[in-house]
This record gives sequence, C-alpha cells and structure tokens, in this order.
Amino acid sequence: MAVAVLQKRESRVSEFVRKALRHQLLMLGFFIIVLLAVVAVFGRQLAPYDPNGMDFGARFAPPGLKHLFGTDEFGRDVFSRILYGAAVSFKVAFIAVAISASVGVFLGAMAGFYGRVLDEIIMRLMDILFAFPAVLMAITVMAILGRGVTNAMIAIAIVYIPIFARVARGAVLSVRGREYVTAARALGQGNTTIIFKHILPNSLGPIIVQTSLSLAFAILAEAALSFFGLGTQPPDPSWGRMLSEGRSFLRQAWWMGVFPGLAIMVSVMGFNFFGDGLRDLLDPRMKKIQ
Amino acid sequence: MSPSYVLRRLGTLILVLFGVSILTFAIIPLVPGSPARVKLGISATPENVATLEKKLGLDRPLTTQYFAWISGIVTRFDFGKSFINDKSITSEVARRLPATLQLAFVALLIGLMIALPAGIIAALRPGGKRDVTAMIFSQIGVSIPDFWMGILLIVFFAEYLQVLPSSGFVSVSEGFIPWLRHIILPALTSGLISGAIMTRFVRSAMLEVLNQDYVRTARAKGLSERIVINKHALRNAAIAIATIVGLQMATLLSSVVVVEIIFAWPGLGSLALNSTLQRDYPMLQASVLLFAAAFAVVNLLTDLSYVLLDPSVEYA
Repeated sequence: MAVAVLQKRESRVSEFVRKALRHQLLMLGFFIIVLLAVVAVFGRQLAPYDPNGMDFGARFAPPGLKHLFGTDEFGRDVFSRILYGAAVSFKVAFIAVAISASVGVFLGAMAGFYGRVLDEIIMRLMDILFAFPAVLMAITVMAILGRGVTNAMIAIAIVYIPIFARVARGAVLSVRGREYVTAARALGQGNTTIIFKHILPNSLGPIIVQTSLSLAFAILAEAALSFFGLGTQPPDPSWGRMLSEGRSFLRQAWWMGVFPGLAIMVSVMGFNFFGDGLRDLLDPRMKKIQ
Repeated sequence: MSPSYVLRRLGTLILVLFGVSILTFAIIPLVPGSPARVKLGISATPENVATLEKKLGLDRPLTTQYFAWISGIVTRFDFGKSFINDKSITSEVARRLPATLQLAFVALLIGLMIALPAGIIAALRPGGKRDVTAMIFSQIGVSIPDFWMGILLIVFFAEYLQVLPSSGFVSVSEGFIPWLRHIILPALTSGLISGAIMTRFVRSAMLEVLNQDYVRTARAKGLSERIVINKHALRNAAIAIATIVGLQMATLLSSVVVVEIIFAWPGLGSLALNSTLQRDYPMLQASVLLFAAAFAVVNLLTDLSYVLLDPSVEYA
C-alpha cells in the first residue's frame, strides 16, 4: 500500500511539473526569478566595476560599451550598482517574507484549527494590523525602530503577517473537516501533529501562491523605503536609493532613473508571473475562469 | 441585510478602531529614548528634559496618558500639538485632509475609467488580441513602482513637454483649470496603477458571469450582445466589481502616501513621512490614526455594499 501511495504522490508531482512546464507565464516568471537569483548571488563577481568606486572623470557618462547603463553623478557604474542592488533587494524580500509567512501561517493555522475565542482574538488583532495602509505601516514601524536594512525587513515582515494569517486560516478551515483529519484524530494523534503533518501540508497551495506574490510586494516595499531614505543607507547601492539619487539628475542623465526602475519592475513582474501561474495550476477554479 | 449583522459589523469596527488607537498611541512609548529629549535635542540637560516631560504629561502612567489622548480626540477632535513647532495638529490635519481625499477620489475615477472598459472588452474574447493587450498592460501596471511611475510622468510631462506642473497643490477655489493641472499627474500615477490592478479583477468577474447559464440562456433567446452584456452580465458582475472598488480605495490610500511625497502634495501621506523624518511623533500618530480609520471604514462599507448590490447575499 505504501508503494501505491508513493507512486500516486510521484505521479502527482510529475503531472504538476508537466503542467508547469507548459504554462508560459509561470515559466517566464521562473526564468526571471532564476536570473535574478544568479545576479543576487554572483553580482560581486559579475560586476565590471566596484559599485562604490568613484571616477570623477566619467561623471554622467551615457550608456555605452564602457558603462553599459552609464554612470552617476560620482562617476559610479550604474550597471555594477544594479547588480549589487539585486542582492539587497533579494535579501530584504526573502527574509521579510520568511518572517511574515512563518508568523502569519502559525497564527492563521491556530485561528483556523482551534476556532472560537482564539480565532476571534487572533483575527481581530490581524484586522487591527490590516487597518494600516501598507506603506504607512512600514514607515511607522521604521519611525519606531530607526532607519536601516534590518529594520526595513522587520517593518515589511510586520505589514504582511495579517495577509498570511488570513490565507492560512482560510486554507486550514477548508481542510479541517476532511476525512483524513478525522481519521488522524481517531488514531489518537495530537493537535500539533494533526496541524503540522496533515492540515498544513494540504493547505500549502494558497500559502505558496501568497509567498510568491508577497515577494513581489516586498521588493516594491524595500525599494519604496530606500527611496524615502529609510531603508538601505548610503553609499550601499539599493534600487530604491538609486532612483531617489537619480531623481535630481533626470534631465541630464535619464539612465540614472530608468535602469533601477526597470530592475525593480522586472523583478516584481517575475514573482507576480510565477505567483499567478502557480495559482492557475493549484486552483482549478481560477484556471477555468482565466 | 439583517440589522443585527450591521450592528455586529459596526461593533467590530469600533473594536478595530480602538485597537488601532492603542497601536498608534504606542508609537511614542516604543520610540527609544524620551520624546522630550527628541524635542529638545542631544544638548539638553536632564533637568530640562524632566521639566518638559512633566509639561507634556509624559511622567504620568501610560494608561492615563492614553485616556487623556484618546478622550481629547473623541470629545474635542483634539490631537494635541506638534513636537516641532507647537502648532495644533488638528488644524494641520484639517488643512491637509481635503488634498488627500481629492487625490484619492480623482485617482480612483481614472482607475475606473481604465479598468471598466478594458476589463469588459478583455473578457468578451478571452485569449484574443484585445485581451492579451489588456493583460500585458495590466501586468506592467501591477509591477511598476508608483514612485517610479511618478518620476517618469514628471520627466515627460513637466520637464520634457513642459505642459504640466511637476509638483504642488492648488485649491479648487482658485480655479478649476489650475486645480486640474496640478492634480492630473499625481492622480494619473495612482490611477494608472490602480486601473491596471482593477482591469484584472473586472476581467475575471466578467468572465465568471459570462460563463453562467443565464447568460447562455439570454444569448440562446437571441438577445443582442449589448443587452446580454449590459442587462445580464454587468449587473451580476457588479458585486465583484464593487468589492474591487472598495478594496482598491484602501490600496489607493496606501499608494497616495507615496504619490503625495513625490509630488510634494500637501496631504496626510506626506505629513506622515515628514513627521517620521523630523521625529514629530504626535503628528505621525494623528496622520496614521486617520488613515487607518479611513481604511477600516472603507472596508466596512465595501462589505455592506455587497448586500445592496446582490440581494442573494444574505448575512445572518
């Protein structure tokens, strides 16, 4: 019987991979994410120049063979700074989403599984957190914690906790009454085992989709905070900072404002495509509609 | 819609607002170091700090401070005084609120003017050329950072073409055209992005409805496509679209914070960021509290509007 179960699971995975490979949007998203991950990890090796190295002889050099994306007001190579900035964006986005997903899923699962008073308390708390517009919430948290990359991660994480809690609660509610949960309970398994071994693995679909979409938002949020001078501090390159620095020089050096913006847009698109694609595959109802 | 449902939702709203007020109040005690020191600067003597703390009431227990603060807001709409210039926060907020509301409203209007036709046209032939174009536009809009979009619009319209001002606000009382000229770029920034987001939702709401049996029946009866869309499909898609508008209004409020800063728009969003940068915590509290309250009220109205639009939705 174990072999049959294993084979069934294997065929489900291979079917998923087969469908995923045929889904153009998903594959495009996947390709962008892999490309960005490579840039984030190997950016230092790939960068042709030191991202903070100034060359006053080459100030405001337009894009060309020597400087692919041109240079800024200090003669720093914009392309190298974008490659370095990828690491910052990725680090902040992944850590922030990891924190909010862990805390949010835990709270949502507890609320959905135990219901009643615990559900009310947790979800009303989430409602309160959810009542703050995302950017304002992040700015407020930064006001308390102070500027810097680590605090930006914490701020972004706090903003997305209620979203994960809601998604996880909904997912848990939808599988809580299934036969295998009743069976597990009949076998005498404890609540913790039931939640972590039976309920969560079966509620993963919406949570994975939300993770991908949240990564897109986290990249945007990090860029916004750095743009406002609250996230990454100078001279470290970050896409948001580069945009804010380039803003004053757009008339003489459009490339300073265009390439960092494109980098943000393409990364966000990658995670959005991937998330949307996953939703198509994991939620058959949505697939029919789209 | 039963009255008990409305009452229960109102009760939840009050509870949420109460929680929001506690969280907002917590900004000052959570900030490291004494707010009095923040106000006086690092060179202040401990005696001066202690005197100011007493004057501001910061030496009282937190609960007493909270109730003094919240009762001032609830009974007299008094948010206290700014840390930086001692001016009344209430009058500053009252001066800025209309600017934010105007911006959010015009942006939503622009968003709807894009999303409704684009979403409906896209849904009529899924997979067709128009659908693909609408979806590409929508994907770009969803992924574009609002502050970048703002910069691009400023560069193109204000600096390159020089047809519109790059920043600032003019009240309608000073003339409709000057007002419009100033609001158009910030509103376009938020509006284009929310239009892109809403297009996707309008499209899927329409697609879902167009797949229903009653639409097939209406078509089978030989009704013209126009009547099928207007009388049968749109009316039934309205509930989903209303939800989107409500949720979008909430997202717009968030986007407006960013847009106000880019365009030096004198609203509550730029007030919040400036207060953060200047460490004017009471001012930050007021703007955050008002934004959150507006957010919560919009969410409640969205929920309640379901019932008005779709009699089949029944809340016990």
